Amino acid sequence: MKQIQDFKFSGYKWLNYSTYILTLKTDESVAGLEPGNFAELQIPDAPGVFLRRPFSILDVDHKKNTLSFYIKIVGKGTRQLGKLKLGDKVSVIYPLGNSFTVNGTQKALLVGGGSGVAPFLLLGRKLKKHGVDVTFLIGARTKEDVLLTEEFEKLGKVLVTTEDGTMGQTGLVTQHSAFTDDFTFDKIYTCGPDPMMKAVARIAKEKGIDCEASLENMMACGIGACLCCVTETIHGNKRVCTEGPVFNTKELVWLI
Amino acid sequence: MVDLNVHIGDLQLKNPVGTASGTFGFGEEYADFMDLNKLGAIYVKGLTAKHREGNPYPRMAETSSGMLNAVGLQNKGVDYFISNIWPRIKHYDTEIIPNVNGSTVEEYIEVTEKLNEVEGINAIELNISCPNVKEGGMAFGVSCPSAMAVTEAVRNVFDKTLIVKLSPNVTDITEIAKGVEDMGADAVSLVNTFLAMAIDVKTRRPVLSTVTGGLSGPAIKPIALRMVWQVYHAIKIPVIGMGGIMNATDAIEFMLAGATAIQIGTANFIDPQVTLKIMDGLVSYCEEQNISKISDLTGQLRNI
Repeated sequence: MKQIQDFKFSGYKWLNYSTYILTLKTDESVAGLEPGNFAELQIPDAPGVFLRRPFSILDVDHKKNTLSFYIKIVGKGTRQLGKLKLGDKVSVIYPLGNSFTVNGTQKALLVGGGSGVAPFLLLGRKLKKHGVDVTFLIGARTKEDVLLTEEFEKLGKVLVTTEDGTMGQTGLVTQHSAFTDDFTFDKIYTCGPDPMMKAVARIAKEKGIDCEASLENMMACGIGACLCCVTETIHGNKRVCTEGPVFNTKELVWLI
Repeated sequence: MVDLNVHIGDLQLKNPVGTASGTFGFGEEYADFMDLNKLGAIYVKGLTAKHREGNPYPRMAETSSGMLNAVGLQNKGVDYFISNIWPRIKHYDTEIIPNVNGSTVEEYIEVTEKLNEVEGINAIELNISCPNVKEGGMAFGVSCPSAMAVTEAVRNVFDKTLIVKLSPNVTDITEIAKGVEDMGADAVSLVNTFLAMAIDVKTRRPVLSTVTGGLSGPAIKPIALRMVWQVYHAIKIPVIGMGGIMNATDAIEFMLAGATAIQIGTANFIDPQVTLKIMDGLVSYCEEQNISKISDLTGQLRNI
């Protein structure tokens, strides 16, 4: 069940100059959630930021009653959210949206670009629990933007591409040799910039395997009421906040 | 105990707080967050005769104190509403008011005739003010003769309470209000969104797929308030006020300006429980001011 809950700022872990993990804590218990779910955060004291902001849930701790979010500063809202002080309240609506499906998967490739890796921690854990062989493929502009690899290494193999060649293979994620060498994955999960996800989805289509993409369209309400965040699917416009954010790329019109 | 009842046409609403069409889905979307039975009314998402896909994405843009939308009346059509959605929501103990749209007068009539047959639907809100559709919508609401023509046509096929939702994108909103009153509207609701636009300077393109969209939120509140006040003094039928109401103080301002009831729209996106908070705030205000009936607030703006 969706809920609105007041959390308190608990701490930051800055990963680089523009990316941080925000941890929020509540006195109540944190609702159960699935990999792929997101939350709408109301950003306190942010003039000019009118609406809530949707973020993937990076991690949840049901013992400490915390939620954490992987946030890259891209504008006023995400900048202000990086300036919270101990005790600041943040209203959170969650868990929102659908989740990744894991049934039937045996060997999964998780392709993330930039902050698109955010939902992969929970997804990787669930896949591992289901006995799935997990490989992460992370694409970034440069070495400093390749983050969370230590966490991912606990769950599976980690492959990296950087555009400037400072880490892993040089180029875009879709140019990684994982796609050309003996390719035995039976499922791709992807999250990141649209052009990257489209390219990944095309590869999945060529290889004849399923691909699930988590979209991040602009949203107003996040709960299915306003119909602002729709994406075009073969079954008509669907709400990214409710029927998504995870879609099988076969359903998405942008693939065709 | 403050008496919160208000009357709109033949309706007796248990309190003046309703939710604006297009911002509250069919109510169900908010059921996890609040008791829908507490609302005075739910004005559900706009309906057309046939399924509409709405406009392409992007459909929204944030502004510093509001937002633009260009959804374009995405809905599955009135038949789907009556057979699939209405049975799920009709048990709620609140007035559920469909919002009727059309590209032509005939379409407005078709949708209305179907809703007229549904037991439990006691009112409709005739939307002649949607700024986001190519045909019909706001086109009907920005000229007095066409607003009157569509109101008259719908009045002839609807036996219950008829509310007409007005566009603010006009030179003189009181003329349109008077026109629809003359054609038999039982109430007017105002205002719908203001035609507006946003530009992405990096790409030098419009943010919205439709170039223009409708502005809502606190940015429009003072203009909406002025229009409610003007219309209240121009007509005799009740006014339902809306436009950027974010809290109880805003709601009281609209009532003092002349609104019998109010609708909460964009604020629902930020706080899905805001309607309940506004209701509590209205009660507190009445208690502090020794007002026993909330309907006594309507139009009680004092002289300067």
